Amino acid sequence: MKLSHSLLLTLPLASSWAMGADLSVKFEVPRLNVAEYHKPYVAIWIEKADQSVAANLAVLYDLKMKNKEGEKWLKDLRSWWRKAGRDAAMPIDGVSGATRPPGTHTMKFDGAKHGLDKLAAGDYTLVVEASRESGGREVVKVPFAWAGKGKVSADASGKDELGAVSLQMQ
Amino acid sequence: MQHRLKSTVLGLVLAGMSLTAAAHSAWLLPNSTMIDSKEAWVSLDAGISNQLFEFNHAALRLDNLMITDPDGNTTKAEGAVLGKFRSTLDLRLPKDGTYRLSIVNNNVMGSYKLNGETKRVRGPQGSPAVQIPAGATDVQTTHVQTRLETFVSANKMNETALKPSGAGLEMIPVTHPTDLRVGDPIKVRFHLDGKPAANLAFSIIPGTAKYRGASGEQRLTTDAKGEASFTVAAPNMYWINATFPGGERGAQQQPAAKRYTYAATVEVLPQ
Repeated sequence: MKLSHSLLLTLPLASSWAMGADLSVKFEVPRLNVAEYHKPYVAIWIEKADQSVAANLAVLYDLKMKNKEGEKWLKDLRSWWRKAGRDAAMPIDGVSGATRPPGTHTMKFDGAKHGLDKLAAGDYTLVVEASRESGGREVVKVPFAWAGKGKVSADASGKDELGAVSLQMQ
Repeated sequence: MQHRLKSTVLGLVLAGMSLTAAAHSAWLLPNSTMIDSKEAWVSLDAGISNQLFEFNHAALRLDNLMITDPDGNTTKAEGAVLGKFRSTLDLRLPKDGTYRLSIVNNNVMGSYKLNGETKRVRGPQGSPAVQIPAGATDVQTTHVQTRLETFVSANKMNETALKPSGAGLEMIPVTHPTDLRVGDPIKVRFHLDGKPAANLAFSIIPGTAKYRGASGEQRLTTDAKGEASFTVAAPNMYWINATFPGGERGAQQQPAAKRYTYAATVEVLPQ
């Protein structure tokens, strides 16, 4: 079974299927004053209450490098690698993307395309992980409760490799 | 020198020149910098990786490691063992006092045009590999000097071995480098070819980022006298790194006639 396909969703038994459920994630890549700066690798995913992956949303890395060399450092996104990346075949359609420079970025995830419209009501965590070459690694968790429909916003902040992270789902 | 390692070490040296080079750090890592023992030994590891002090990429050869002893005598180190991810040398420290362990490289890289062809050169200064033939045009070369070092004391500390060589980019420790403690000011001075390096940007980075997450890098600048004073919040082995001309490694840089890199490992203990 190729895990790359199963990363999207596990269908809940008693479900209340939502309409829409489009997600917008805003995150800040800080500009750091260091000897050597490289744009960080970033992974964004949603975990269920039991910390298993509910949806794999984005992996931003050096995907244009020759011979897929950029994939070598995906394992430095240690949490993402352990939960979703190790068994995935890269690039993942609709999930893989290029690294982002310092600044605030907003990424939008279509509810249907990313399986978010099938998320059962419950408690979830949006996780954003950043790993910077010759630098540090940081994970920011944004807990949120999803009622199956309606509108949700939540936010949190990192300390070094990530700044403010916020989400809006409706 | 094996070609793979040669290109890795030179790759390290050239890292500051190219936008796309994956830049690595090279370091000497002693098991301790203050050894109190009747028969003093230090165990030195040397490696190259883009994760500081992690031995997961390539060994740093210790072929031209020089040891300056507490009396100022300099000898070449013998007996290093070359592994896949590290070189190791267990060194007897027969005299009491401070030793300076250094690797200094002078490499040339560049290009020239001859008979309509562009040729590249890369290698140690003065070697046949970097000779520019007669009749060459558009000669563009950069001399890259790198100094990599660490300091170890046996039973007592002194300063003879800390005297600068006067050549290249050097850090002269003002606070004794084997007496560093968390929270106490650490003062350093940088010289470029024997003169104070004013307004020089340098970094001090702790090891073990793997277990900490945050890189912990501090970026500082020397004053008009080439000096700077700083403290660190946690005990660790630290890598002090500076390059001249400045600018970030990996950023687009104009070719310069001469480029310098300095790196030193120092140990900061808890109070």
